Amino acid sequence: MAQAETLFDASELTVSMGPQHPSTHGVLQVKLKLDGERVLDAECVIGYLHRGVEKLGEVQTYGQFVPTLDRMDYIAAVSNCLGYCETIEKLLGVTAPPRAQYIRLIMTELNRITSHLLWLGTHAIDLGAITTFLYCFREREEILKIFENYCGARLTTHMFRIGGTQYELYEGFQDQVRTFIQDFPKKVDEYETLLTENRIWLDRTKNVGIISAKDAIDLGLTGPSLRGSGVQWDLRKAKPYCVYSEFDFDIPVGEVGDTYDRYLVRMEEMRQSARIVSQAIDKIPDGPLMAKMSKIIKPPVGDIYHSIESPKGELGYYIVSDGSTMAYRARVRPPSFVNLQSLKKMVAGHMVADVVAVIGTLDIVLGEIDR
Amino acid sequence: MKEKFSTQFVKAYSFLGQNNIEVKKALIAEILTFVRDNTILPCNYLADETAVHWPKDEEFEIVYILYSFSKNEYVRMKTRIKEWETIESAAGVWTTADWLEREVYDMFGVRYANHPNLKRILLPEDWVGFPLRKDYNVRLQDVEWVRKHLGIDSGQKYYVGEARHEDPNYITPTD
Amino acid sequence: MDFVIDNIIIPLIKIGIVFGVLSGVVALMTLAERKVAAFIQVRLGPMRVGPHGILQPLADGVKLMLKEDILPAKADRWIFTLAPIIALVPAFIVFAVIPFGSTFNLFGKTIALRITDLNIGLLYVLSISSIGILGIILGGWASNSKYPLMGALRSAAQMVSYEVALGFSIMGVLMISGSLSLVEIVNKQKEFGWWFVFLQPLGFILFFVCGIAETNRAPFDLPEAESELVAGFHTEYSGFRFSLYFLAEYANMIAVSAMAVTLFFGGWLRPFPNVALPGFLGLLDAPLMGPVWFAIKVAIFLYCYLWFRWTWPRYRYDQLMKIGWQWLLPLAIANLVATAAIVLLFVRKG
Repeated sequence: MAQAETLFDASELTVSMGPQHPSTHGVLQVKLKLDGERVLDAECVIGYLHRGVEKLGEVQTYGQFVPTLDRMDYIAAVSNCLGYCETIEKLLGVTAPPRAQYIRLIMTELNRITSHLLWLGTHAIDLGAITTFLYCFREREEILKIFENYCGARLTTHMFRIGGTQYELYEGFQDQVRTFIQDFPKKVDEYETLLTENRIWLDRTKNVGIISAKDAIDLGLTGPSLRGSGVQWDLRKAKPYCVYSEFDFDIPVGEVGDTYDRYLVRMEEMRQSARIVSQAIDKIPDGPLMAKMSKIIKPPVGDIYHSIESPKGELGYYIVSDGSTMAYRARVRPPSFVNLQSLKKMVAGHMVADVVAVIGTLDIVLGEIDR
Repeated sequence: MKEKFSTQFVKAYSFLGQNNIEVKKALIAEILTFVRDNTILPCNYLADETAVHWPKDEEFEIVYILYSFSKNEYVRMKTRIKEWETIESAAGVWTTADWLEREVYDMFGVRYANHPNLKRILLPEDWVGFPLRKDYNVRLQDVEWVRKHLGIDSGQKYYVGEARHEDPNYITPTD
Repeated sequence: MDFVIDNIIIPLIKIGIVFGVLSGVVALMTLAERKVAAFIQVRLGPMRVGPHGILQPLADGVKLMLKEDILPAKADRWIFTLAPIIALVPAFIVFAVIPFGSTFNLFGKTIALRITDLNIGLLYVLSISSIGILGIILGGWASNSKYPLMGALRSAAQMVSYEVALGFSIMGVLMISGSLSLVEIVNKQKEFGWWFVFLQPLGFILFFVCGIAETNRAPFDLPEAESELVAGFHTEYSGFRFSLYFLAEYANMIAVSAMAVTLFFGGWLRPFPNVALPGFLGLLDAPLMGPVWFAIKVAIFLYCYLWFRWTWPRYRYDQLMKIGWQWLLPLAIANLVATAAIVLLFVRKG
């Protein structure tokens, strides 16, 4: 795909980091305009994984639509589920019972840890630190076992139902989660010793992909990427949903807005998630699992927007209902889609090898971008 | 805002605790700039921009979901345009709108004026048809495109124009 | 007859042994890499082929040899085949001058535990290892494709840059020992009673870092590994020819380790070579223990190679070149100047 005449042509070279590529997570094509080794411009071509999820939302009933949403951000499927269930519950005017909400919270935070572990593994392996990938997956395995014991599935979990949760906690759940959470901070320390002070890691991630807070807000960047730039905004604290308001946790914030800061923010977030889970696991109240509502979900006519803090950013659902059992318009606001826009700004002026680092730090999932 | 743009104002209402403002489309760019810059509720963050198709009125309803960091509040701005009309792009106000509007164009066919790069984003560039419109059946494919690029016959039985409820072959899901 | 035995048969036997052992070690390295990687990554590695995967190199070798011999249509056939050989042979020839032990007597003949002793041994090693770079450039060029050529040039540029710093880093050793002959260098370490690493710590560190960069190993393996856009020089190679490049890399690693051991860690000497050991421990002084000590030290270095690869991330290409030219080279020159000053003062005093 090169447009250079000779090998040493000084003019621009357009190269495509094609859809099949080990370092772009999923099928993403990035067209780079290069001047030697420097990137002048980057254009993302997406849509390779487009499955028409939003259209499906209009022909499936509200209950049927929930598993489809799992396949969007398949790494953090539990968050997708949570967001949608809460949106519909808001539309219907029901609240899930406390027990269900606690279970939801614990599962969502465990999923946040899972998602960040996967991010760390793939980010590190892109930059050459191959071993970290395997350590992260070892931790992830523990959580996926918990998910499997709870709902039968590891990745696309369909964990919650509209109005609460369906499955009761299995015996040994609290012990399994407690053992995991007690060991987990030490494991995060292990990853930190491998990478945080490592000279090579610092060289590869410091001052790479800087984005200022103002640019970040203008571009719609959310999630850890925004917090890396210094904006202390987390939907769990700003607009508490589920039962987050009852727990004590911090929001880590970066300073410069480069790759290293985003890395530190996510590492700290993993610790904070563990903290939330360790607080919640002891406090699960007894009670029913589903709210009292009719079996057939027919929300009133109107529209609603509700967003949650998924591991990738602000995951929002805009549902327009026309009173029937199927949504009139089911819109998903995908955090990775909006985050990927900022790739252009982050990558300009850097080297080719940095593009891989920046894609890794944005933590994108193509399933969510393309829907 | 009511004072400044009173001619464009349609209504403001609150549904389930969420605030909506509906305006006419003519001065949408100025309105959005005002929304971003005003001091009472400066919405410096565009959370989402999307469209809803109302085939009965032959209209698209463009929805902007805005958020103000300083006041920690969401507000929704809506405007209606006819299917054949173009609307001013919000990309000049928030850069976020760039890709969001491309997606609305891709899925609905809404044309934005003054958009830096209005191309299809999720579907292939030479796809014909706008999938999220109500008159595009959920199983419809661009048969020509499939034949040209994939070299196979798509084997599709549905034609453009069959809406979801009138289709006799459509299987209604039971609850 | 004596002449024939001394000058033809014995050297041939030595060459055979060294070559055989070296090939065996290279093959074992392929297994060691996977096993060490596995254990660092909390998994087991090859376990099926033979007990604990011992016969895995055999399986790999058979596989690579039986693969289809693909020759790209526009590639230059002769050079395409010749290039991996040019990369492999220098790595093996280097071992002609490396001393594995002192001398011992067998059937009245004094046999030196080395193939030969060139009085310009060090110079020989440096020059021969430079030839290996040619193999890489030719490999990229013969593929007749833009991206392997660019990859090959980057690899070659990296290797040449670090050669300069490598050369400077061992000059300190040269000055202290006063000879280019590797045998002399080891003997001088025995004379001083101290391995040169204690006298030239900076020189050793520089040498080893440059050695890692020379062999294109992590953390300096960007031309090979991060090959999204500019593919490495061995893209077009498959099957047997690829295995030659692969073996060349391991042979180079062993050569660098052997050089580091010889120059800085006393070659075949045991720790504290001048301290007499009591009683039966005197066995550790036997001439045939020389190669054993050598092997142990080289093994430790090879382990370090593997350890670094699986622990650290990799450097970007421009950072890599910057380190070579802006940091290692000045440090090596500074080391040289400091050593020269100390040697001068020492000689004047003594």
